[in-house]
Amino acid sequence: MRYLPKSDSERLEMLKACGLSSLDDLVAHLPPEVLQKQALELPPGQSEYEIMDYFRARGERMADGYASFLGGGVYRHFRPVLADVVVSRSEFLTSYTPYQAEISQGTLMTIFEFQTMICQLTGMEVANASMYDGSTAVPEAALMAARITRRERILVARGVHPEYRDVLKSSVKYQDLPVVEFGFDPESGEIDLADLASKLDDTVAAVIIQSPNYFGVVENTKAAAALAHQHGALLVSVFTEAVSLGLLTPPAEADIVAGELQSFAISPSYGGPFAGVIATKMAHIRQMPGRIVGQTTDLNGNRAFCLTLSTREQHIRREKATSNICTNQALIALMATVFMAVYGKQGLRELTSQNLAKAHYLAEGLDRRFSGPFFNEFVVRCGSPEALNTALLGEKIIGGIPLGRYYPELADCMLLCATEMSRRDEMDTLKRACASQSEGMLANSRV
Amino acid sequence: MVSKVTSHLSQNEPLLFERSSPGKKGYQLPSLDVPAVDPVSALGAENVRGEVAGFPEVSEVETIRHFTRLSTWNYAIDLGLYPLGSCTMKYNPRVNEAAARVDGLAWGHPYQPESLAQGAMEIMAVLERYLAEITGMDAVTLQPAAGAHGEFTGILLMRACLEARGDARASILVPDSSHGTNPATARMCGYEVVNVKSTSRGLVDMEHFRGLLNPSVAGIMITNPNTLGLFEENITEITRLLHENGSLVYMDGANMNALAGISRPGDFGVDVMHLNLHKTFSTPHGGGGPGAGPVAVKRLLEPYLPAPRIVQEDGTYRYNYDLPESIGKVRAFYGNFGVFVRALAYILAHGSGLRNATLDALLNANYLRAGIEAHYTLPYQDRSLHEVVFSDSIQAKNGVKTGDIAKRLIDYGFHPYTTSFPLIVPGAMMIEPTETEGKQELDFFIEAMASIAREARENPELVLNAPHSTRVRRVDEVTAARKPIVRWEASS
Repeated sequence: MRYLPKSDSERLEMLKACGLSSLDDLVAHLPPEVLQKQALELPPGQSEYEIMDYFRARGERMADGYASFLGGGVYRHFRPVLADVVVSRSEFLTSYTPYQAEISQGTLMTIFEFQTMICQLTGMEVANASMYDGSTAVPEAALMAARITRRERILVARGVHPEYRDVLKSSVKYQDLPVVEFGFDPESGEIDLADLASKLDDTVAAVIIQSPNYFGVVENTKAAAALAHQHGALLVSVFTEAVSLGLLTPPAEADIVAGELQSFAISPSYGGPFAGVIATKMAHIRQMPGRIVGQTTDLNGNRAFCLTLSTREQHIRREKATSNICTNQALIALMATVFMAVYGKQGLRELTSQNLAKAHYLAEGLDRRFSGPFFNEFVVRCGSPEALNTALLGEKIIGGIPLGRYYPELADCMLLCATEMSRRDEMDTLKRACASQSEGMLANSRV
Repeated sequence: MVSKVTSHLSQNEPLLFERSSPGKKGYQLPSLDVPAVDPVSALGAENVRGEVAGFPEVSEVETIRHFTRLSTWNYAIDLGLYPLGSCTMKYNPRVNEAAARVDGLAWGHPYQPESLAQGAMEIMAVLERYLAEITGMDAVTLQPAAGAHGEFTGILLMRACLEARGDARASILVPDSSHGTNPATARMCGYEVVNVKSTSRGLVDMEHFRGLLNPSVAGIMITNPNTLGLFEENITEITRLLHENGSLVYMDGANMNALAGISRPGDFGVDVMHLNLHKTFSTPHGGGGPGAGPVAVKRLLEPYLPAPRIVQEDGTYRYNYDLPESIGKVRAFYGNFGVFVRALAYILAHGSGLRNATLDALLNANYLRAGIEAHYTLPYQDRSLHEVVFSDSIQAKNGVKTGDIAKRLIDYGFHPYTTSFPLIVPGAMMIEPTETEGKQELDFFIEAMASIAREARENPELVLNAPHSTRVRRVDEVTAARKPIVRWEASS
């Protein structure tokens, strides 16, 4: 077998050194009742050629060749080639968590750069070295807020990604941290400040909002923060579309920022692996979960980096740890770091301009459901989203996300997203199909 | 000094921010095919930021040099043995990377219609089936993002099942040799942690264990083989007693690399367990992640698995969200799909020969043990499976501790073993070579360990000040924690 670098004669020699004569002797001491009697029911081992063939065939049963206007937490952005080049370096790909600082300075320094750039983008003072993804970063942020405030209730906006809210609820279920939702303004799509105010009291640890929210609407973070702070609660600001950070006012009034970096050169990859992140103010660093890299010096006084503040972590604190999180998403965060380096200050701005322009072009003439300002996603009223999507598939276009499952009151709406990769002709086709559908002439619209 | 390494030049490299100069570019966007939009009029002035202060501006050439230079400051599996105990640092086959980058898979959006996602859904369904076969369990969820996340999911499932019976119970037993994530997880699910002692042989103390059983015990979180690399020989008795007590058995599958093809947890009474695809199933650790922590369960826990579940009807896959007893979602979408592709590619490569890989992993651990035993204290004598734990007690007499020996290994061209864990071994040196090491690399390591033992005896200062040959010397972690500098600032 090509992954097993030994000849049979070497195996025999090694067995002999162990005082054994056959490989089976290695498990002869196991209780007989636990030994597997039959061989695993798996196909015979395959060659590289067969394996690639297998996955290529599955890849063909996906959506190659379709244009797509799906967003909702996963975005189609161009991935600079350097991202894969860098993460394919063996030294990044096949290394472990950088506990041994002297032979991990490469990973450590890239994480330090990552933390810095996340702070620059979010207006926070410290970021961790990444979380599993945006959805799991949210409950971690909620728990962090509960530790900081020593309070026991969470308010979350319905404009936060529905799957993130689901993850939040199942994750904090047994932590004595009830989660209460508050609504959105039916006109603007922004958080309903009156509903929030009515639910806030001095038991609330955190108010969680997302901006741009699930409907693509940019939230009034400042107002939400002011309201939360009036009651002594923290504001957690969530983002799912990291590219928006290059254009929108950073959520500097928030106490904790939790987000998803998939937009930064991370393949959609059918939903993962992605990289989440939590950022906060220095005052809260010791309550922040996840790994953190710090700058220090070595014996010779030279600049060096290492993992720091690990006394918060589970391998030392066991049941008293801030979180059970162990793995992070270092390699995926590295893609995001390369993305930020490649685009840089000007490039990120130009990228956001293109997203803004494309989405606003797409929205023009469509029946937008909400009046609030939007970046690259928005909700349209379209009668039957399912019927429209079916019609679009005939044009090799994947339409938007129907909103009925999570928002029954928006069952006639879909969420559309345009990025720098959306072509004008594809957008025109989608706009025509929308118009046809609303005129009830869908059948005639297929060219 | 053994001949595994020779020193060579290492390029210096500043931080990206220190390379930055206004106007340098590493990107070019296509020209815009729609009218430009003024951000302030579209969003309102209050919603538009100024420039991102401090954000880097570097060229493409500098960017690739930057990251390539930094990469050379890392050790990696592709450079040699990486014997971190309990981490299973095995070779990461490159065909797995190529498979994960197949366009249709890499660009798959989680919300694309099921009719255009059949390839991905089949990959997940097949992986679930294979993992169930390897573990001897009945059903699998792939949703958890990592091992600890799998533990969390598994204990939520356990709790849901017990609650459905009318009593969630109050505590979870955790052997004192366990990984720190186990007690942390139990707490996150609202359970008290009760430690179970180990015997002088390093196994669960059956007398102590029996004494802890009572109607408030929800279950156990047990690692098998345990973190000493020893098979819990009473596992069948342990699971039987727990079931008689109305409790459930969670197995931490971090050490599944010792069992695949040899023994199936489902067959020795485990009800729920997680797997680390980034350990046993060869997906790259990537400097700390991504991982994936699928959870495998017996039939009685299946109704509680996270939503959605993949079902196959008439040759077509679809998602079932209609799961009234489900614990809900533990992660958005379906989990770390790209990691599933790699793990399935790995299983396909070995196929039914997975057992051979396991046996080679055991052989390597036992071979290292035999080679090192003369120089270091072996606190537990039972036959090792995939890893072996030594103690630094001989060297500690000269002031040389496990952490020092680890640092000295770096000078010999190796990544250190896991230090100071498990906690029940004073000065622990936890060594897991995995099956993907050849005899020569192992022999180098044995020589290095013998040589360091000699140095600890004859010239302890040499070991205490190691490493000597790295681009940075020992790092001041105390100051890093006391005065945290966690981001670059223009003034620094």
